[in-house]
Amino acid sequence: MSTSTITLPDHPPPLKARSNNLDFYYGSFKALKGVSMPIYENKVTALIGPSGCGKSTYLRCFNRMHDLYPGNRYDGEIQLLPDAVNVLAKDVDPIEVRMRISMVFQKPNPFPKTIFENVAYGLRVRNEKSRSYVEDKVEAALKGAALWGEVRDRLDESGSNLSGGQQQRLCIARALATDPEIILFDEPTSALDPIATGSIEELIGELKHKVSILIVTHNMQQAARVSDHVAYMYLGELIEYGATRDIFMKPKRRETEDYITGRFG
Amino acid sequence: MSDKHLSTQFDAELSAISNRVLEMGGLVESQVAQSVYALSQFSGETATQVLQHEERVNAMEVEIDADLSAIIARRQPTARDLRLLIAVSKTIANLERVGDEAARIARTVQRLINTGVSSRLRLPVADLGFEADLAIAQLRKALDAFARLDTAQALQVLKNDDQIDQEFDGLLRKLITYMMEDPRTISSSIDLVFVAKAIERVGDHAKNISEAVIYIVKGADVRHTSMSDVEDAIR
Repeated sequence: MSTSTITLPDHPPPLKARSNNLDFYYGSFKALKGVSMPIYENKVTALIGPSGCGKSTYLRCFNRMHDLYPGNRYDGEIQLLPDAVNVLAKDVDPIEVRMRISMVFQKPNPFPKTIFENVAYGLRVRNEKSRSYVEDKVEAALKGAALWGEVRDRLDESGSNLSGGQQQRLCIARALATDPEIILFDEPTSALDPIATGSIEELIGELKHKVSILIVTHNMQQAARVSDHVAYMYLGELIEYGATRDIFMKPKRRETEDYITGRFG
Repeated sequence: MSDKHLSTQFDAELSAISNRVLEMGGLVESQVAQSVYALSQFSGETATQVLQHEERVNAMEVEIDADLSAIIARRQPTARDLRLLIAVSKTIANLERVGDEAARIARTVQRLINTGVSSRLRLPVADLGFEADLAIAQLRKALDAFARLDTAQALQVLKNDDQIDQEFDGLLRKLITYMMEDPRTISSSIDLVFVAKAIERVGDHAKNISEAVIYIVKGADVRHTSMSDVEDAIR
């Protein structure tokens, strides 16, 4: 079993989270093998690797998505800082975790509700009663997702009336409404055209000033464009972690280089 | 490179562009040799040939540059593929300048012949030949290192560059002596100073190409660093 090659920055920014020796099992199948890496605050960390390498599995551990299916098991921990709470701990409520660590999926998945209610959803779950508070939050979230200008006059329309790129930004606004500390992006642009992709990437660049971002992408150039740090995974292991510019110019591991240059391993 | 991309077309493009660089390198190497031969023999005909080749070299630089841009646009290369292409870009610029130096020498030969200097003045042309041999050998080694991505060979080129510099200094002293002893040689001696300088520049370009080879293989930029830093980088 190979060990990870982790290159930390000379002057590391503050940590937002950290996985420590994280294993994950789908039933008896071990999908993650001892993954340890930092997630820095207000930085974009990209997870890359071939299909089945465990990058989406890793991402989903962060907001306990795997809890939804029986037989799944975590080992190790994911510490959320600065309070050092282990988000995988049994006594931690997954719903509360998902407020602090929200997720945007591959295909835009607005709820069959109005644009307004889509964004307000998390606040309703939190039992937020104040109407003006919810309205302010919805507006701020839509502005944060660069969608406000396009939908301000049609907040009562169904979310599914929007274009694919707008729907994805609506999902980002929904994720933003609960003031999360981390946003997880699981291939957020693979269903979008290049223009919509460009606007989401631009948005990620702006969002990172407010939140920390973890993104899974199959598009290597996208990882190169949007991320500050890159983790290359293979067969459930973290192979190499480093600054994006080092990974794409001069990775330390041969396996990483073979993958990003499109060679057989 | 021993291993292959998933795209065989990409492999073919990279290997084609490397081969074009070596082809261009072979052409300028013979240009330098010919220009020095033209000087030693006072051959106007050979000098003319060198100047004719210059156009071919310039055209090759433009063609390789165009191929390079096309590969970058279509493949978005990363890591060592990207380093190779950056190194190709630098290497062909250096080779083109080597061609310029050869042309400069050829034009000097033509001028010496036209002004009727020719061999009646005993100038230290043989010493220039020695400096030129060193520079041509350096250029060949650098191209060899490029072809085989051989950092040890590249390091050797960097280490040998001092020899050419010393040879140039020695020639300069000798030419000054000639000029002092016989002022009629001043004009042609100055021409030879420029030729010696051109040859010395060929050595510098060989060095730059060797640095590019180290960049491809090791990802380390060893320009403007000490020899011990270079040795650390390729270790």
